[in-house]
Amino acid sequence: MQRYSFLSLCRHALGQHRGWAPVWRTRPLRDRYSAIIVGAGGHGLAAAYHLAKDHGITDVAVLEAGWLGGGNVARNTVTIRSNYMRDESIPFYVKSVAMYEALTRDLNFNLMHSRRTMIDVLQTWGMVRDRRRRRLIMDIYGSTYRDIDVAELRRRIPALTGGGPGSRLPILGAAVHTDAAVNRHDAVAWGYARAADAMGVEIHQQTPVRTLLRGADGAIAGVETARGPVRAPVVALAVSGHTTTLTETVGLRLPLRTINLTAFVSEPVKPVVDVVVNCPDLGVYLSQSDKGELVIGGATDLGQSFRRDIKQSVFEDTVAAMLELFPAFRRLKLMRQWGGHLDMAHDASPIVSATDIAGLIVSAGWWGGYKAIPAGGAGLAHLIATGRPDALTAPFGLNRFRHLDYVIETGTTTAR
Amino acid sequence: MLVLDCPFCGPRNESEFAYGGPALAPRPADPSAVSDADWVDWLTVPPNPMGEVEERWWHLRGCGAWLTVRRHTVTHAVTEVRLGR
Ligand SMILES: [Zn+2]
Repeated sequence: MQRYSFLSLCRHALGQHRGWAPVWRTRPLRDRYSAIIVGAGGHGLAAAYHLAKDHGITDVAVLEAGWLGGGNVARNTVTIRSNYMRDESIPFYVKSVAMYEALTRDLNFNLMHSRRTMIDVLQTWGMVRDRRRRRLIMDIYGSTYRDIDVAELRRRIPALTGGGPGSRLPILGAAVHTDAAVNRHDAVAWGYARAADAMGVEIHQQTPVRTLLRGADGAIAGVETARGPVRAPVVALAVSGHTTTLTETVGLRLPLRTINLTAFVSEPVKPVVDVVVNCPDLGVYLSQSDKGELVIGGATDLGQSFRRDIKQSVFEDTVAAMLELFPAFRRLKLMRQWGGHLDMAHDASPIVSATDIAGLIVSAGWWGGYKAIPAGGAGLAHLIATGRPDALTAPFGLNRFRHLDYVIETGTTTAR
Repeated sequence: MLVLDCPFCGPRNESEFAYGGPALAPRPADPSAVSDADWVDWLTVPPNPMGEVEERWWHLRGCGAWLTVRRHTVTHAVTEVRLGR
């Protein structure tokens, strides 16, 4: 692997930047591997990286239907945080946030990681109590929430001029989560891909998996792709909204519903907000990217959806909510919108688990899975390599549904 | 925006309705005859096709009726709206 550094930049500048090697290689698709990971998104690539790095397993193929990093890893708001609610969730996300902090160095790839305090704007007493409760639980696990009053809130976010005493929902206070961050989603996908490729993992783009294959003993035998069958004793699915689409091909039913979550960005403007602002009572959150665009997200579409666009009513509701608190933003032009389809488990917590089919592993139910990529990838790799979950992902097995032992997580979405 | 054709009120915007989740299969008639695994399946596993699903919608800001809607998860096309289950 060509390492990136100031010196390598200078050296290649002399050669007019013609000597750079491809970030990952494209190799012929073989018909057999030790393990297959379906989906070259954040979780699939992170799992491939950790399989090679932590477990020495490099005979791995990552199969991607489209292009690397073109799925949900590119269809989110890159918000990284650990303000969750449950004993099972908070340590997992605290670990994931910490892994992100070190990831630029670990991958030798600039993720443009930027610590960005997140501030929840609280407009109902119910939400004030909810955040107080979350703060008390988060304190136990080393995550941070701190209450601030309205004057301090307005000092820290001058653009927040709405929500005054005469408004529909006057602001009552705010909660500050200092462990949040944003970074560059492409770099996360490319960085993991480059590091995994350098250790011998094969990444195959434009290789859609049509069906899963089972052997005579009922165990998983491989996958049928558009480029022919590929065999492996272990197949891990990291395909977001399409998990059930694939598991249905071998008759496996999972407690997942696919829904559509969207975001949009404004034109770039000068720095106006230096934190991630989350307004759970209105259902909108936003941050400003390094380019200056406001990145704005809202609630999910209601009902199941496999669409990747934004529904006009969701878009209008989100904009209306934002303008209640940031009336000056009505002059901004909006540039782009996108949606992703993600699958939500019955209890809104993720699933990293073996299944009833031997050798078939799923990593699914990631709602806001971007922040979970490092720890989720490490956990998925551990499960692939050893057949057992690691400590942080153990609570997220499919068995919890069998025992009605749900991890009911209201921290899953910021906008609630 | 979906337009749902309420049997009482006629075509109305989605914003008048509250989403009530997937329409579950009928509750098993003899609960004691159902295995634990089948109960969990009935409770937690909805059909999730790239195709038509049946879901419950409540005409909250209209007549107040609970409706069952058959809708396509890729095209959003609504092919049936009926009262009750
Ligand atoms: Zn009606």
